[in-house]
Amino acid sequence: MQPRSPSTGEGLQSPRSPSLQSPFLSVSVTDPAKMGNGVQAYISYKVTTKTNFPEYQGPEKIVIRRYTDFVWLYDRLFEKYKGIFIPPLPEKNTVEKFRFSAEFIEMRCQALDTFVNRIASHHELQQSEDLRNFLQADEQTMERARSQDTGIFKKKPSDLMQIFRDVQTKVTDVVLGKEKPVEESNPEYDKLKRYIFELEDHVTEAQKHAYHLVKRHRELGQSLADFGKAIKLLGACEGDALGAAFSELGTKSEMLSFKLQKEAHHLLMNFEEPLKDYVRAVQSIKGTIAERASAFRQQCELAETIKLKEIDLNKLRILRSEKMLDAEHEYEELKADGEEATRRFDTIVRLMNEEIVRFQEEKTQDMGRAFHEFAKGQARLANAIADAWRSLVPKLNSLYVS
Amino acid sequence: MMGFENQGFEEAQLHASHGEMESLVLDDDDNNNSGNDNNPSSRSNGITNGDVSQHYNHPLSSSLPFAEILTTDDDDPLLSSSSPHQNPNSFNSLLEPPSYADASFRSFDGDHGKQINGHGAVSTSSPTADSVYLKVSVTDPQKEQDLNNSLVPGGNTFVTYLITTWTNLPEFNGTEFSVRRRFRDVVTLSDRLSDSYRGYFIPLRPDKSVVESQVMQKQEFVEQRRMGLEKYLRKLAAHPVIRRSEELRVFLQVQGKLPLMKTTDVASRMLDGAVKLPKQLFGESVVSAAVDPNDVSHPAKGGRDLLRIFKELRQSVANDWGGAKPPVVEEDKEFLDKKKKMQDFEQELSNVSQQAESLVKAQQDMGETLGQLGLAFVKLTKFEMEEAIFNSQKVRAADMKNVATSAVKASRLYRELNAQTVRHLDKLHEYLGVILAVNNAYSDRSNALLTVQTLLSELANLNSRIEKLEAAASKIFGGDRSRVRKIEELKETMRVTDEAKNCAVREYERIKENNMNELERLDKERHDDFFGMLKGFVVNQAGYAEKMASVWESVANETSGYAAKNS
Repeated sequence: MQPRSPSTGEGLQSPRSPSLQSPFLSVSVTDPAKMGNGVQAYISYKVTTKTNFPEYQGPEKIVIRRYTDFVWLYDRLFEKYKGIFIPPLPEKNTVEKFRFSAEFIEMRCQALDTFVNRIASHHELQQSEDLRNFLQADEQTMERARSQDTGIFKKKPSDLMQIFRDVQTKVTDVVLGKEKPVEESNPEYDKLKRYIFELEDHVTEAQKHAYHLVKRHRELGQSLADFGKAIKLLGACEGDALGAAFSELGTKSEMLSFKLQKEAHHLLMNFEEPLKDYVRAVQSIKGTIAERASAFRQQCELAETIKLKEIDLNKLRILRSEKMLDAEHEYEELKADGEEATRRFDTIVRLMNEEIVRFQEEKTQDMGRAFHEFAKGQARLANAIADAWRSLVPKLNSLYVS
Repeated sequence: MMGFENQGFEEAQLHASHGEMESLVLDDDDNNNSGNDNNPSSRSNGITNGDVSQHYNHPLSSSLPFAEILTTDDDDPLLSSSSPHQNPNSFNSLLEPPSYADASFRSFDGDHGKQINGHGAVSTSSPTADSVYLKVSVTDPQKEQDLNNSLVPGGNTFVTYLITTWTNLPEFNGTEFSVRRRFRDVVTLSDRLSDSYRGYFIPLRPDKSVVESQVMQKQEFVEQRRMGLEKYLRKLAAHPVIRRSEELRVFLQVQGKLPLMKTTDVASRMLDGAVKLPKQLFGESVVSAAVDPNDVSHPAKGGRDLLRIFKELRQSVANDWGGAKPPVVEEDKEFLDKKKKMQDFEQELSNVSQQAESLVKAQQDMGETLGQLGLAFVKLTKFEMEEAIFNSQKVRAADMKNVATSAVKASRLYRELNAQTVRHLDKLHEYLGVILAVNNAYSDRSNALLTVQTLLSELANLNSRIEKLEAAASKIFGGDRSRVRKIEELKETMRVTDEAKNCAVREYERIKENNMNELERLDKERHDDFFGMLKGFVVNQAGYAEKMASVWESVANETSGYAAKNS
């Protein structure tokens, strides 16, 4: 057996000799399908996993998942991996009208695919057991897990946004110092917090304009179509060479309208969506910031409690009280908790420092790609427009003299 | 990256002219083109002095003795001068001088000679020896006081405009001269032209628009009016027949008070005609030459012609509802076909004009949004640069800046594109106005026909009465003195009426001739104008699209490193 050259994480090879291949975990979310009827209706997605990870059941697995399953996965990861910026989910759409629009579903499917892929390529998150369950468990197991944890966490998808909002106000309060000043005094970290908050505003604005730009393309396309139609009617009225000229122009106009609609869609999927994703990512980071603040608070509170307990204990020691043993017990427990809290907090700090680097690099790649697609699309459209109109000139000339 | 001036495209002349919406003129060697541009320096015009008089019946040379200029009634339904012409000023706010004044488009010179410039055709060539020009400009609005009629001192101000003319037409004694006129004078000019040039497609004058003058800022309104006047006068100067009219010459040249009969109010007209009025109303004994048969060659107006209006109205009702066919019908099938075609054309044109406005709006919106997007990214870029801790941020900021500046560039290009688009597509609006002028000319024709029909009915009527009286009189032995006298009177009336009928017929024929000639002229002009518009539009769109493509292509190249490797 010849050793195979190491493949990238995206490779789709059958792992005949897994030991000779670098490990990969490749996931895709595809084929949205409407299930059920009426109010109960929902969209299901096909989730295909290809991997050579030993913990997984086999080289390939296909399962059917719905949006709430993805939400479950996010919640579990958020709980377990504090400090890591969990990849963001697409929003739950609350407007009934658009819930099943083709465009919305396509966008969501793409976003979910990105979500799972980011998890699968994250060196820590990809080890998660919850991820394994998500990718492999049958639907009943999944449903059980989902309803169970919904009970425990008391989280429903619609609550997610509310939680974010709460976190935001909490963090804002903390940053603004409204609550009791149990916060880190870490100038670098403060800078980061400020950066994240301001960044959200900027990216949200950019995304808003991107959304409008998509609309403008659609509108321009529509008006070109209407214009073309009207000009053709005028041409029919005129007849002769001028009529033919109008007719040609009208046809071109209608053709360009079609191109504009296509570009609008391309913009939506490849430019606006990445910007939306950017906003979500920043909001997700805010969630982590809140977790860090809460962990810090816990650590501080425990430290306080331990100190008080120590004082108590010493008092009891001096008095040689029979409560001393119990108190010692409690004290030891508290100290263990305190160490645990400190460990948790330190982990979060460490992870966050790594994550911020990863985040910035990832965003540079994501935005770079988005910019490239944007520019490519605009150039393609502009060239099509130029070609179409330019091709008319010789025709117009010949018609004029005829 | 920045300088479009550096690109090696061949230059077309984009001549920025503030607030002017000049038509695009095909730069063709053979054909005459009469867009609205009366660039004195250009226009190898096919129509020279000589051609005009051959081609058209100069009204002053017609066999019809030209009666004195009648008073007009502004409310005359037969002379509707109000125009629902779409306000071209809705585009004015979009017009700006292009920042790329010498913007370059890729050459379309496969067709040399057919290359479309901006407006103004060959603006640099000097006038040839036998080309004629008549260029008018309207400038310098000034407030003046009407000293005569103001009861309140300081009240009753009005605005005058300086009207400057450059010409080499012989009937103007001089090549450059100016007068001051007020809007009222323009109304007078317009009314007089309508009277004198029945059957011609006379350009419509600007609206009186009282409402707007209340709503708009004074300065804005005055400027709008100035532009409207200039456009109107230029259109008149471009019309091959009207430009030679005495009315226009007088308007443009005679200093001081405008010596054209203006609109008077009904009361004074009544006074004028008071002497003649009773006779008119009773109609019977119009033996005296109080009524000139030639009066029938003018449309019936209010006041003096009340009776005539009643009669013609009765006739038109008889035409529409009566059983008998009117004595003379519009038989020219070709004319009726053309009229129907014109109506269809008007409808479609109006529709296109609306869609053109939507298109312009969509382009404008696109440009605005691109600009806003660019600005948002500029802000983001600045933010990232300031806060950058990691190199990846700096890289991202650089990419973003690239996109941002390109978006802003594209936004500017869209704005310019739009300004040009407006200029080209404005031709559509213009022709909507032309159609109104055509409809007026067709009304002239119908009215003239109605006059003829009315007179023919009268003649028939008179004739039958004479016959009846003659029959009755013959039965009385020795004759019936009163009846005989009556017959004599009626015969005299009939003679006068017959003369009038002949005048009316001649007038009708004359108007028909004018219609036909004008239609020919219009067809030719429309052909040229619309081809010019189409080509201008198309070249404009293509040119700007190419520029935008190049902007975005360079960004795409610079970010090609991020291109998705698979899928």
